Amino acid sequence: MKKLNKLYFSALSGSFGHIVKRDELPWWKSWLIRVVSVILALIVCGFVTVSLTDLNPIEMYITMVEGAIGTSRLTWNLFQNTAILLCVALAVTPAFKMKFWNIGAEGQILIGGFATAACMIFLEGKISEPLLIPLMLVLSIIAGAIWGLVPAYFKTRFNSNETLFTLMMNYVAIQIVAYYTLEWSMPKGSGTPRTLDYGQLPVLFGQKYLVNILVVALLTVLVYIYLKYSKQGYEISVVGESEKTARYIGINVKKVVLRTMAISGALCGVAGFLLVAGTDHSLKSDTSGGRGFTAIMVSWLAKFNPIFMILTSLLIVFLQKGASKISEVYRLNSSFADIITGIIIFFIIGSEFFINYKIKLNKKEGNV
Amino acid sequence: MEQNIALELKNITKTFGKVVANKNVSLKVRKGEILSILGENGSGKTTLMNMVSGIYFPDSGQIFADGKEIVIASPKDAFDHKIGMIHQHFKLVDVFSAAENIVLGLEDEKGFDMPCYIEKIKEITEQYGFELDPYKKIYEMSVSEKQTVEIVKVLFRGADILILDEPTAVLTPQETVKLFKVLRNMREDGKAIIIITHKLHEVLSLSDNVAVLRKGEYIGTVKTAETNEAQLTEMMVGKKISLNIERSEPENVSDRLVVENINCVDREGIKLLDNVSFSARSGEILGIAGIAGSGQRELLEAIAGLQHLDGGSIIYNNPKTGESENLRDKTPLEIRQMGVRLAFVPEDRLGMGLVGNMDIIDNMMLRSYKKGKSVFLQRKKPKSLAEEIIERLEVVTPSAYTPVRRLSGGNVQKILVGREIASSPTVLMAAYPVRGLDINSSYTIYNLLNEQKKKGVAVIFVGEDLDVLVELCDRIMVIGSGRITGIVDGRNTTKEEIGILMTKSADNEQNGGEQ
Repeated sequence: MKKLNKLYFSALSGSFGHIVKRDELPWWKSWLIRVVSVILALIVCGFVTVSLTDLNPIEMYITMVEGAIGTSRLTWNLFQNTAILLCVALAVTPAFKMKFWNIGAEGQILIGGFATAACMIFLEGKISEPLLIPLMLVLSIIAGAIWGLVPAYFKTRFNSNETLFTLMMNYVAIQIVAYYTLEWSMPKGSGTPRTLDYGQLPVLFGQKYLVNILVVALLTVLVYIYLKYSKQGYEISVVGESEKTARYIGINVKKVVLRTMAISGALCGVAGFLLVAGTDHSLKSDTSGGRGFTAIMVSWLAKFNPIFMILTSLLIVFLQKGASKISEVYRLNSSFADIITGIIIFFIIGSEFFINYKIKLNKKEGNV
Repeated sequence: MEQNIALELKNITKTFGKVVANKNVSLKVRKGEILSILGENGSGKTTLMNMVSGIYFPDSGQIFADGKEIVIASPKDAFDHKIGMIHQHFKLVDVFSAAENIVLGLEDEKGFDMPCYIEKIKEITEQYGFELDPYKKIYEMSVSEKQTVEIVKVLFRGADILILDEPTAVLTPQETVKLFKVLRNMREDGKAIIIITHKLHEVLSLSDNVAVLRKGEYIGTVKTAETNEAQLTEMMVGKKISLNIERSEPENVSDRLVVENINCVDREGIKLLDNVSFSARSGEILGIAGIAGSGQRELLEAIAGLQHLDGGSIIYNNPKTGESENLRDKTPLEIRQMGVRLAFVPEDRLGMGLVGNMDIIDNMMLRSYKKGKSVFLQRKKPKSLAEEIIERLEVVTPSAYTPVRRLSGGNVQKILVGREIASSPTVLMAAYPVRGLDINSSYTIYNLLNEQKKKGVAVIFVGEDLDVLVELCDRIMVIGSGRITGIVDGRNTTKEEIGILMTKSADNEQNGGEQ
């Protein structure tokens, strides 16, 4: 790494300036850089908007905000989407902290949702809802955990590549769900997913998403405590930082990898349960909607801190909702909304570079 | 006189964040001169030379070659000004021959003419007295041969100013003598040579002038002929220091750890440890000497339960119970559960002994976090241990909550050694515990080892500086290519004797191959 850095420095130095590592910045300065980067992103987006569409950028931003929190229904929607994304981010965090590249959250969510849906269909009317719902939850957790354990087992046993393995497991889950969506569709074979009425999560205080939000809030606190204050969380950090150190102090690395991936998969299973029983009341092969991948970004942006993840997941969902509103209102191609989201996220990630490094321009020196 | 100056640096400053690596350093080297740059680890020697060879770019200051100001923004610029640097870590392609490595990357308009190049390589080696077979592949070479390839490569490109970064760190005393002879020949030929080092006796025997750096600052240049070890040390450290290590007589000596006929084979089937047998005794320091990579690491890791062994036994005599147990093929956890108090300071401090991104407290916890039945961590005891170590070993750190990677090498090592001896071990293994440490920190570590020895601990010390081994250890075991080539008494042996033992097994193998 050090060598690479050196090469990198030498490649850049001389031409226009060189990159220098900063001292630790005080927290307010680093947040100032982040805020400035968002403002810059909005300005750049403004130029892009004007040059591509002739729209007034200010109006467009207002539309964006309206799209995200314009009505109370939209606001609840925003919170519920944030909650689910946050749940998946919490799920992938232990794995990524352990440097286990779990990009299979998508499949782990789906298989959890699949377990929930299967319960709702086959046990409809057979057992009471207060019994059914905990059963759905438990089975989703088990299903998700298995989906996480399989790649972990092969990793520890045969040192297989977990990135490819977890990715492939996504396709297996998608195909299983696609098959049963058709199988269970009403009328059978039509492809319209069946609406699952029996076993839906209860509506609290007239808000149907409140249960989802409360569950995820609880999980956030639990994951935070688990990672920071439990012995197992400590083991995850050590294995992630250096497997050699872990072996040196006598941590059973294989056991930690298996356990952590079971937890990661189980939390994804919970997300699948919440999506099917709490939000959608149906199961499709795109129920997870790419959250398994977006969540990775949420987790990294928050530097694996569950509390910061509340902010980063909210930010991403806010941008998604706002952007889709723009496409809808101005009848733009949906790619335009993606461009805007992309620019903003690029600036936010880029700001981290300027928090860690600064660029010094070379003054003119002598003749070469 | 002035036109004789090959390279001159004026007021060079370089900072990395808050750290000032070089501050207003000025020095010059003449043609036909060997200049030593002397300084402790972390004094900015390598950074300074990296700016001359185009790896870093100075924040401010000027560089002159042949009296003209130049800008060196890349290693290629450095070559254009006939400056060549031989780094501590070689950059060679293993499967290529020496000659192929030397001409690699050469842009010759006349076309590629290997026989002609080999002729030229032979000329260079003859002129300066190198021993080099241009057809030999790098992977078949010893470290010293690889170094020769690097030097010839730089000369082949026409360098007139050569910079060598710690060239003797990986060499045996005999190889060092050879290298110095070659360097003197180059000096006769009018080359300007800069060697970076922290070894005083090398400076005195080789160079014409010595430039001393301390904590990034230029202290001064002195003529070698007019100085001595004491003066140089004082310039380097900033105060007078006695260079003697105490060595007490061992007391209550008994075999604590008896290793018998252990073997270790790597994936390619090469023997890393070959029938190794020895014993480590309580109340004594056993030194292990050998060229880097001769099996020292595998040996210590085998005892610590981190290396799979083929055959042999590692018997531990428990002083408390009087029982003897075999540690072979036990995991580190099992070893600890057996009641064996084994402390291990590995060579790779931040990659194995500690976790760089964790703070000092969490690093203290590595050894003890499992204690107790609670599922939650207890940070109270590690915290007081961290504070105790910081105070007793004078660790320089903003607080106990600082990630250890932010500390300097010496302070990192104090944390690691401090933690390991806090468990009151019965066996203490330390691999290169003073590598990269300044003189003061080194002596702190030597004292800690001595302290443990007096407490009746069996201390195993893997070292690279033979002077230190000879002064500190009660017995010295020499390892060469995974074999024990001799165990000598530290009180009546010499560096030279150990040097011969270090290369003994390697030579045997070569002879065997030729027969």
